Amino acid sequence: MGTQERPQRGSSSSSEEAEEQPPAGPSPAATERKEELDADVDEILDEIDDLLEENAEEFVRGFVQKGGQ
Amino acid sequence: MSVRRIMGIETEYGVSVPGKPHVNAMMASSQVVNAYAVEVLGDRQSRARWDYDEESPLRDARGYDQSRADADPSQLTDEDLGLANVILTNGARLYVDHAHPEYSTPEVTSPRDAVLWDKAGERVMAKAAKMAAALPGGFPLQLYKNNTDNKGASYGTHENYLLNRQTSFGDIVTALTPFFVSRQVITGAGRIGIGQDGGRSAFQLSQRADFFEVEVGLETTIKRPIINTRDEPHADPEQYRRLHVIVGDANLSEIATYLKMGTTALVLSALEAGVVADGLMPEHPIAALHAVSHDSDLGYRIELRDGRSLTAVQLQWEFFEQAEKHVSETMGLEPDEQTADVLRRWSDLLTALESDPMSLADQLDWVAKKALLDGYRRRDGLDWDSPRLELVDLQYSDVDPERGLAQRLQQRGRLQRITTDDEVGAAESYPPEDTRAWFRGECIRRYGDDVAAASWDSVIFDLADRAALQRVPTLDPFRGTRQHVGELLDRTETGADLVRALAAGA
Repeated sequence: MGTQERPQRGSSSSSEEAEEQPPAGPSPAATERKEELDADVDEILDEIDDLLEENAEEFVRGFVQKGGQ
Repeated sequence: MSVRRIMGIETEYGVSVPGKPHVNAMMASSQVVNAYAVEVLGDRQSRARWDYDEESPLRDARGYDQSRADADPSQLTDEDLGLANVILTNGARLYVDHAHPEYSTPEVTSPRDAVLWDKAGERVMAKAAKMAAALPGGFPLQLYKNNTDNKGASYGTHENYLLNRQTSFGDIVTALTPFFVSRQVITGAGRIGIGQDGGRSAFQLSQRADFFEVEVGLETTIKRPIINTRDEPHADPEQYRRLHVIVGDANLSEIATYLKMGTTALVLSALEAGVVADGLMPEHPIAALHAVSHDSDLGYRIELRDGRSLTAVQLQWEFFEQAEKHVSETMGLEPDEQTADVLRRWSDLLTALESDPMSLADQLDWVAKKALLDGYRRRDGLDWDSPRLELVDLQYSDVDPERGLAQRLQQRGRLQRITTDDEVGAAESYPPEDTRAWFRGECIRRYGDDVAAASWDSVIFDLADRAALQRVPTLDPFRGTRQHVGELLDRTETGADLVRALAAGA
């Protein structure tokens, strides 16, 4: 087998990466992107809220299985 | 070399009767299996039972049989306990194993077909639960395609692959131990809870990892081994061995199941050709299996026996490169479509796991689950020990299309699919056409009243005009296909006609 040294797959060359280093701290674009993702997840959570069993603690405690293979 | 070979998946489902903690799990499981069998196959008298004659669960791949007296009672899977146990028209086996309903797919020849008939199993379970609840005296029960109750119990999802008998067992251990330790980054179903009883509240990649305690062994219910040595090929033992993989998770994601079967098949093909990646064996395989699962940041470095230390993703790249090289050497520029697809997806997944794992929330179970859990933690300020988060973990695997969270994500297009509802619906009723499962399933569908029993390698007819049972062996998994016997079955009206035709050498 080959050695473990590996260039990052699927990414651009290292010199290009160095030039594209973002400034320290999240950029406004990154913050905006995170907010979009959060809003997207919240939409799923709102739907799931209605599906979840009512008494979570009791339900989870009651889920007891016998061992299998 | 390609992803094509005889393979299948067996899954024990978790069973819960909410509000009735005293209902016996074995009884509830029997209700589930019997309800489906009665509804789909008819009453008990006319139903084919499982034939145990050819089972040898104590056959060890290392070349000897364990004595029955030394075996744990749970290993004696060939003793008919009178529990529900039926063969379906799609060639699958539906039965009660220990205290769980279990579905074993029919034998298929490709990873995509494994996904299809595995998904058909989820549908069987979802329907069976509803049918059991509707029986007189029945009660609502819920089935989960997961692998632990987070209180110390685990139940399995096993993969089976038919291998050339010549493949050395030592090579299997050498190649597959690092492969299984590292593939969790793709195949993990996600779990809250560290340790067998989930004592510490944190997220980990795998449902099953913490239940593995030894490197190689025959057991499946105690001292579980990374490499299981059960060697019951259900085929000519001179020609084949079976690789029984017990270290995988139950996947809801079709992509995860597809890649689990496809990448393992590729590693096995290389292995059969004598290409073994040496130098990848972890110094401490069990500790590495646990540590990889416990690190969802994917940064953990596995110490290898040759002195290197690689992350799980880097180890997977080693296997990918070996497979890609071997495919191009043996198949040239044009591997078959599925082999090329598995290789492309494998490489894409590993690239994404290195740069932005959470971008795979629409492809891999552990990421999809973690995205939901992270969302709840952020939105509601919950800690990992919140019962609500544990409920999300559990309900992710509920097979009910209304309640199951993975199912909901799939319906909303938030978890990618590679099959359609129509295909899965057909796979619930019809067997794959290109293995002996076609003969088995079609015999049940067409001549069910005449079939007394069946197993992986036989169909047994009970005919009115013969005193003795008539056993049709199906030892070769590549015979009994639609192409092989389709025309014969199409022109025989009854089981008696079929047996006569077969006896006459049709």
